[in-house]
Amino acid sequence: MAFKLSEEQLELQRGFRDFVAGRFPIEKVAELADGGSDEGLWAEIAEMGVFNLRLPESAGGLGLTHIDAVLVFEELGRALVPGPLVWTHLAAGLIDGADSGSTVVTGLDLTANRHTPYVLEHLDAADAVLLLRDDGVYQVDPTDIAANAIEVPLDPLTPVHHASDLPGGKQIADANTASSLALLGKTLSSAMLLGIAHATSEMGVAYGKEREQFDRPIGSFQAIKHMLADTFVRQELARAAVYAAGGTLDHPEVADVTTAVAEAKLISGESAMKNCRTCVQVHGGMGYTWEIPVHYFLKRTWVLESTFGTVDEQADQVAATFGG
Amino acid sequence: MDLRPTEAEETFRHELRSWLSEAVPAHGVPPARNDWAARREWDTNWQRKMYDAGWAGISWPKAYGGREASLIEQLIYYEEYARAKAPYVGVNFVGLLHGGPTLIVEGTDAQKEKHIPYILRGEQVWCQGFSEPSAGSDLASLRTRAERDGDHYVVNGHKIWTSFAQVADYCELLVRTDPDAKKHAGISWLILPMNLPGIDVRPLPTLHGEGEFSEVFLDNVRIPVENLVGKENDGWRVTNVTLRFERGTAFAGEMFDLKRWLAEIAAEAQRVTDYGTRAWDDASLRREIGHLQAEIDSLWNMLKLSIGQADEAGVPGVGASAVKLFFTELKQRVGDIALRVLGRAVLGRTDMAGMPVHDFSYEALQSLSMTIAAGSSQIQRKIIGERILGLPKEK
Repeated sequence: MAFKLSEEQLELQRGFRDFVAGRFPIEKVAELADGGSDEGLWAEIAEMGVFNLRLPESAGGLGLTHIDAVLVFEELGRALVPGPLVWTHLAAGLIDGADSGSTVVTGLDLTANRHTPYVLEHLDAADAVLLLRDDGVYQVDPTDIAANAIEVPLDPLTPVHHASDLPGGKQIADANTASSLALLGKTLSSAMLLGIAHATSEMGVAYGKEREQFDRPIGSFQAIKHMLADTFVRQELARAAVYAAGGTLDHPEVADVTTAVAEAKLISGESAMKNCRTCVQVHGGMGYTWEIPVHYFLKRTWVLESTFGTVDEQADQVAATFGG
Repeated sequence: MDLRPTEAEETFRHELRSWLSEAVPAHGVPPARNDWAARREWDTNWQRKMYDAGWAGISWPKAYGGREASLIEQLIYYEEYARAKAPYVGVNFVGLLHGGPTLIVEGTDAQKEKHIPYILRGEQVWCQGFSEPSAGSDLASLRTRAERDGDHYVVNGHKIWTSFAQVADYCELLVRTDPDAKKHAGISWLILPMNLPGIDVRPLPTLHGEGEFSEVFLDNVRIPVENLVGKENDGWRVTNVTLRFERGTAFAGEMFDLKRWLAEIAAEAQRVTDYGTRAWDDASLRREIGHLQAEIDSLWNMLKLSIGQADEAGVPGVGASAVKLFFTELKQRVGDIALRVLGRAVLGRTDMAGMPVHDFSYEALQSLSMTIAAGSSQIQRKIIGERILGLPKEK
């Protein structure tokens, strides 16, 4: 058993982190939130292999593993890169052009219990919509969905539409594919939540070192230090859970995949949520302003927490392993 | 990253599992918790069996008779050990996990010869004389005084939380040899034979009434200078050589036990009725149990990840404090759920209405010590904050 990243994986992680940090620094988030645009971003992300990385090389992909995809999505989450990244990744190999990013895909996991009201992310940008149902994967044309654009979305970088009803669509894959895409989508969302948990822990720590009150850095006070120590513990717990889910998807014989993935979503969701709140608290009054970027992380966490099943749903699923 | 076990790991696991499957039942049932003589015999006999079968000193170097297992093998060892419900390390704890490893690194040849093989075979029981009434988390402020008198140290002082002192042959004793030096600089590490005149051991019952703690009073106890481990006044460094191992794989077995306990709690919840329905039919209880299960599994993965990162160095990674902190607080939350399932049956300390009240309440009460012992939760948060996150020290 080697529960650690290989040299190649560490390199992939570093390379991707550097790319994202250079191409999409936190100032860009604020720019886009204030109405700016960044036309080239999506294509450059696609160029980096975000969508085709798990496709075999024979199909024009990079032939990488689930854990590799987890590492890439962790970095996308950490930097708050916007767009229907997970859904377009899931659609690669199923919908033409998704692997290169030229077809933009969004979707809904209807196999999760709490998916209503139907709220679709990035619908205006999408060329296709994937619906995961218990009996299969369905493709819908975005123009066939009668949906209202919500004028002010919670996360400024995640525009949403509300639909009261969904068309049936065209079935493009079977029930097994639907459930494995749901598992993968859940895992990649967990990886993004892990990235957020890590980013907000780091932001809180940096502020704790720099901000002075009572003539000393506030991070020297036990009350603050202990809160920040807890953010580290939660981040590492989430890392273990999410990497275990990725490693289990790669080798399903080592554990129950469904449980490992549910646990990853639960732990990473809770970790990101709590770390964002601690980060706001450590920033004090400034943490409550629009100007300090903590709120973007908190809002993205809410977006991700409710996709592919909430924390509570995952807990129910894990409890079901006890039978009864 | 590859979570599949290697062939060598599978072989290791199967050999151990097969030995335990016969040895554990053959060892019988443990004696009563307050029968100290019988407990010593039971624990040390088991250690001898482990030694004869080649499983003693799992992390010890081969040169000293140990198994020298890798950290991953140690993890497998603790997992299988707990799965087989093998005897708790008990009176052998301090010798095997602390005193012995310290002597291996810091002891003289004579000290090693006199203690190492005996600890490994279960023929020498050790206890720990570190904490004092006024030196707990701030261990370096200890005041037990050792004054040189010819070829002896004359020791006076008061130690507390000394597990197994009632039955120990030796004590790893921290004393102050230089009262004028800074607090970390004047400490020495001595081997105290527990049969010397002037030692008074008084049991200190814990809140669950079954504890193994004692207070140890030292009144002009004369310890030969040859029992000094490391150099005089260098005891703080000697102590820290081994303290970090305490926070490595040591909790693996207990984590496995915690997972089993939660499964027992779930099974009990499916059996007992509350307001005329099964406790398990309460969606909020079920959800909380599912939540705890996810946390236990993730904790186990966090331990594996911390070991995976550390294995090449052979020393547990920086994550060890995080593992200890999260594990001990999690066990207390599992204890809360256990009591919730027992309902009013917990008002007795013995089994009632067919429920395992004694075991559940014992574990719940015992868990209260875990966030205090071996570096309290607050000390762990300080370590994480300052040594891992680099936050400034408090002025």
